[in-house]
Amino acid sequence: MSKDKPLSINDLERIAERVLKLSDAQETEVDIGATTDALTRFANNTIHQNVAEEILGISIRTVVDGRTARSTTNKTDDDSLRRAIATAVSLARNQPKNPDFLPMLKKQKYEKVARFFAATAKTTPQDRARAVTRVCKMADKRKQTAAGIFSSGESRSVLANSRGLFARYEQTRSEFSVTILESHSSGWAKENSPDIRKIDPEALAESASEKAAKSREPREIPAGRYTTILPPSAVLDLVGFLFYDFAGTAVHDKRSCFTGRMGKKILGDNITLWDDAYHPLQSGPAYDGEGTPRQKVLLVDKGVPKNLVYARATAKKMKAKPTGHGFSLPNDYGEAPMNLVIAGGDKSIAEMVRTTERGILVTRLWYIREVDPYEKILTGMTRDGTFLIENGCVAGGVRNFRFNESIIEMLSNVEMLGPAVRAAGEESFEMVVPAMKVRNFHFSEVTKF
Amino acid sequence: MQDLANSAIETAKKRGASYADVRVMDIRHRDISTKNGEVGTLAESESLGIGIRVIASGAWGFASTDRLTREGVQACAAEAVEIAKASALAKRENVALAPEKTYVDTWQNPFLKDPFRIPVEQQIDLLLAADKEMRRVKGITVAEGTMAFRRIDQLFVSSAGSSIHQIKMQSGAGIFATSFAGTEIQKRSYPSSFGGQHMLQGYELVESFDLVGNAGRIAEECVALHSAVQCPEKQGTIILGSSQLGLQIHESIGHPIELDRVLGMEANFAGMSFLTTEKLRKLKYGSDIVNVVADARLEHGPGLGTFAYDDEGVAAQCTPIITNGLFTGYLTSRETASAIGEKRSGGTVRCESWNRLPMIRMTNISINPGTWKYDDLIADTDDAILMETNRSWSIDDKRYHFQFSTEIGWEIKGGKKGRMIKNPSYSGITTEVWNSFDAICSRDHWTLWGTPNCGKGQPQQTMGTGHGAAPARFRNIKIGVAFAK
Repeated sequence: MSKDKPLSINDLERIAERVLKLSDAQETEVDIGATTDALTRFANNTIHQNVAEEILGISIRTVVDGRTARSTTNKTDDDSLRRAIATAVSLARNQPKNPDFLPMLKKQKYEKVARFFAATAKTTPQDRARAVTRVCKMADKRKQTAAGIFSSGESRSVLANSRGLFARYEQTRSEFSVTILESHSSGWAKENSPDIRKIDPEALAESASEKAAKSREPREIPAGRYTTILPPSAVLDLVGFLFYDFAGTAVHDKRSCFTGRMGKKILGDNITLWDDAYHPLQSGPAYDGEGTPRQKVLLVDKGVPKNLVYARATAKKMKAKPTGHGFSLPNDYGEAPMNLVIAGGDKSIAEMVRTTERGILVTRLWYIREVDPYEKILTGMTRDGTFLIENGCVAGGVRNFRFNESIIEMLSNVEMLGPAVRAAGEESFEMVVPAMKVRNFHFSEVTKF
Repeated sequence: MQDLANSAIETAKKRGASYADVRVMDIRHRDISTKNGEVGTLAESESLGIGIRVIASGAWGFASTDRLTREGVQACAAEAVEIAKASALAKRENVALAPEKTYVDTWQNPFLKDPFRIPVEQQIDLLLAADKEMRRVKGITVAEGTMAFRRIDQLFVSSAGSSIHQIKMQSGAGIFATSFAGTEIQKRSYPSSFGGQHMLQGYELVESFDLVGNAGRIAEECVALHSAVQCPEKQGTIILGSSQLGLQIHESIGHPIELDRVLGMEANFAGMSFLTTEKLRKLKYGSDIVNVVADARLEHGPGLGTFAYDDEGVAAQCTPIITNGLFTGYLTSRETASAIGEKRSGGTVRCESWNRLPMIRMTNISINPGTWKYDDLIADTDDAILMETNRSWSIDDKRYHFQFSTEIGWEIKGGKKGRMIKNPSYSGITTEVWNSFDAICSRDHWTLWGTPNCGKGQPQQTMGTGHGAAPARFRNIKIGVAFAK
């Protein structure tokens, strides 16, 4: 089955060549992705779900007289491919002409990125089950309860078009996430990496276990504005809500929080942010949905929003240059930076705690939603280990808070930064971000646990 | 496909499975969107594959493939058994399933117009006509429209002897007006936000919305919001429009009653629930007029949670969830029903696609209507804020504390609808808020809303759920916290 014989890049190339040969549309693009993924899920100190999947997607875009549309299938026989091509042509034909339409890209050159690790691809259900069993046994021994996932997988993709563009990408992925529960407290830790050897499930479980133990019998303290220490995963989940605001299309449509604010100092001096697909801790291909090579783009320089990212059509509309951040066409959204990196500092979380007279140390944020798109007020909850800091020490667990906080304000109030690391959260894709110590973070209400 | 499914079952049994079920699913999508007079997304997709779930050595295994040859399916079944045996390494006890009859049946939801046979040009024209009406209103910066159609043709076969073929046709559409002015972005949606309204119906559903007829109204409301009064911060009465009440039900009743959450199976991601098992038939969830059901049967309506059989072959049922305010039922699977000693699963297990493991999902979680006429409810209310169309939603991981905001509000003073209010929001603790529920409108004002984007599980699955609701009134609610300084 797929685990033994996943479709190779060569297999995908052959399918792409067949599609281009079968199509007689004016222009044809084919985007093929093949993924094998497996995930072992545990709860109550036992494995309760264990799944594997293989997915093939052959997505075909055709152009007819300045109109374009897409059709996707997972069937590889010639008849199915012909049908998908015909559907894409028919959809494209039956729509108004787009005056801003651009022809497909010709052949491009791409920088190499190496994100495929054989150790990850070779991981078996038994490997994952053994690691999970060790974690469950550790929790059992401590009279705690473990829940989480351990997943691994590989993906390959080919993007080609009838004007000669040809791009390919291979990547592995692995992830371990663990929640350790006690009767009135919990702790959490999560990491992911293309290289499974970088993930230490037992160390992560140890960290989550310690948080659960230290937040036992959480006390209720009043909501309000607190100096708050956010670990990288929480920073990721908050800053992730900014990603589309950096899209040229979002500013053009006046629905970005940077509308009218480009070039103005709206964040703190210590906030510098860029998009960099080539950063060693990042993942993803070196090209965008149309095959444009990704560029490193400085988005915020010392608190000043400097640049946006642009797909080809957006760049033309806004008299800018494409940056290689476009989504697959056709779409409404244009583009977005998918490889955010925030410049870090040198402070550890321990140092942040030591220098805080009274504040809150967060483990994880949850169910974050946008309340105000221009002031960028987000609401959400803390979860799985929220601690009161008093006189430079962690003074114990507190009940979870709801926050309503403007990210613009938050990024103006950062007092300390940790080193930038590859972080994994729940509300956003992975980024390279630091821990932050933030003053006046607004916790608006308290929940029951 | 029946032969391939049988082959998967036979292979799983030969390899040592004590139970196996398979879902062969052929899923077709059509997605169309427009923005500011142009076509945005225009795409169709199809996906065909098989998912095989087994119990071997007393533990679960699941594997899926789109290689629908005899060899591909047999290899997939063998891998599912191998995975189950790996799961058994960390097993505490054998998986047990509540009993269920076997069925051999075919079912299709009724619809009048196949949306895939309606010319795409006609569908685009409708969205562009609504788009044009929205952009006629000065101040609108983005006008958008979407349509989404889904046809799921699925075969369920189990080692117990069931063979169930179901075809579900789903349609949905919505339009959205956005306006930027000063330092404010405002938005109005119709018939509902976040993708519009979706049901288990054909294209006749989209035609029933009158998108063009409502486009100008929502655009004008959107622009007017800029000069509306800011929602005050206070404790008081709110009246929720029916789509917002549908979301309130989804988040603060639908998720907490999922028994897999209660039993800790979702603890790492979606979270758990405050509705621990000792609260069943004891907790006063809401006031005496709160009556909520989980109803997957077609007679409840063509909702996104309607089917004849769930994805582990259990026949559709109606389960009383809250009865005269008392908490009376969970959403269960065969495994979780067995775990708490229930005689039968409530039939709520579904999967997003062939490559995903079936799990407990909301069916149609609906509140029974009352007797109030809408105008009478307004006339009976002295001082309140009427809130309509969800804008943001957030709730903690045990489903106690929530905060919701809506796109638009109106002052109710002395029984009359008054000034428009912008940025309305309210928050509270689930059981406290449902116990302050004091009026709900009649069947004439009741709508079976569709939430097409409910996320749960790891790997995450998106599922459509249904929520019947009518405008309703709550007393003594915390209002306006979201924008409090």
